[in-house]
Amino acid sequence: MSEARNAPIIELRNVAKRFGALVVLDNLNLSIEEGKTTVVIGESGTGKSVLLKHIVGLLRPDSGEVFFQNTRIDNLDEEGLVPFRRRMGFLFQLSALFDSMSVGENVAFPVLQHSAKSAVKTDEIVAETLRKVGLEGFQNRRPGELSGGQKKRVALARAIALNPEVVLYDEPTTGLDPVRADVINELILKMGRELKATSIVVTHDMISAYKVAHRIVMLDKGRIIADGPPDYFRKTDDQKSDDLSMAVPRPRI
Amino acid sequence: MPTSIASPNRTSPWAHAFFVEFGDFWLFTGRALGWMFRDLTSRQFWRRLIPQLYEVGWLSLPVILITGAFVGMVIAIQSIDQFRNVGLEDRLGSIVNLSVVRELGPVLAGMMLAGRIGGALTAEIGTMNVTEQIDALRSMGVDPVRYLVSPRVCACLVLTPMLTLFADLTGALGGWFVCVVQGGVDPGPYLEYTKDAVDNFDLFSGLLKSLFFGCALGTISCYRGFYCKPGAHGVGRACTSAFVASFIAILILDYMLAVILQSISVYLWGFRSLI
Repeated sequence: MSEARNAPIIELRNVAKRFGALVVLDNLNLSIEEGKTTVVIGESGTGKSVLLKHIVGLLRPDSGEVFFQNTRIDNLDEEGLVPFRRRMGFLFQLSALFDSMSVGENVAFPVLQHSAKSAVKTDEIVAETLRKVGLEGFQNRRPGELSGGQKKRVALARAIALNPEVVLYDEPTTGLDPVRADVINELILKMGRELKATSIVVTHDMISAYKVAHRIVMLDKGRIIADGPPDYFRKTDDQKSDDLSMAVPRPRI
Repeated sequence: MPTSIASPNRTSPWAHAFFVEFGDFWLFTGRALGWMFRDLTSRQFWRRLIPQLYEVGWLSLPVILITGAFVGMVIAIQSIDQFRNVGLEDRLGSIVNLSVVRELGPVLAGMMLAGRIGGALTAEIGTMNVTEQIDALRSMGVDPVRYLVSPRVCACLVLTPMLTLFADLTGALGGWFVCVVQGGVDPGPYLEYTKDAVDNFDLFSGLLKSLFFGCALGTISCYRGFYCKPGAHGVGRACTSAFVASFIAILILDYMLAVILQSISVYLWGFRSLI
């Protein structure tokens, strides 16, 4: 395997972030390997989504550095971040679909903003992308007419419309029933196979994590407390990892 | 060791927050206006602007026409007996129309727009903020100030003076109706005194004020929505504070511009007596 292949596509070095007195990320170091699916797990409020937002530049670290293919991006302004953001797709926890637009317009949005493709070509891309997420023919629906799972799939279609190198998933299965959640898991695997994209998935759904991950990173109080392949988490005796992975009921308050 | 009063350590958190927000607001306004002028020749900008022109202009027209008409009628009804008492009812046209064109037309049109458009802008952008739609724009490499704010500010900037013209027109008609049709004032002198009192500079003053009012209500409303706190409560409070801030900004701007424009008028043409 070449050296370039082994180099991390995304790297966070000593990243710290606090909101007021609350420390959310505590000198966190993390390297993301290209072409692999890294799942970040942890209890609610441990800084998982904040970590993801640092990667795409929606939040800036108080200290530390964020690199995308060896280029430092945390110090870039909004315009400087545009070329990097075009190479990433972000699936938001609440889907964040533009409710003033139809499904087709939502998926076409990044294509129209960043390329000079004709209307016919854009329509073809929209149809093809919706087909990939199993929503063929949904172009004229409005986001308000969709179920939670369908919204996530439209949001995923929008995130991958520009064939990004990195896809970031923020709680992709939260709020979905087990069948719909598994559809999303299958789509994450499919995107990895078809787009050859690097995926970073933030979740506390361990069924999802075991299914899609090449590597699982566990956060607690803004620090990485466990890092390894899914098998490590299946076998570990560590109570925090065990708590999350097994979700064993016991008195907690 | 005691610190001096000027020391930053003595700055109260309230004052610090105020100045930070004040600076943020001006940076936000500068970015919105900067993108507006840069994008004026862009087709994408016009595609985003036209729906805003419809929303701000066409849909506000009825309320502006009604406001203007009643402002003119109320000024006339309050003045007519006083003027008649001293035998000066012929001069009512000058007072009614000058008040409408210079002051009440622009100010009340601005306030009506702050309520109708400002609240809607804050609620729309605030909801987009709390549902992560603004973050979604940024994550796709689209500047939300350029995409969302600059067309809305542009629509407010361009259409507030135009709507003020309509308010002036219906205000003049309302005043005419009360004085001439209802009050029996002679229409000839009413029009003559109007022509003597209201000149182009008065019309220009009113429209210049409304340009500033439009810019203020557009930027304040978008800014409040853009930085609103999470949840329905956050959006609600942002709408209220946007309206209050726009209202106060319009009153302060009105006073400052009245002082400046009055000084210019006196400097160029000297003092003009209306009575």
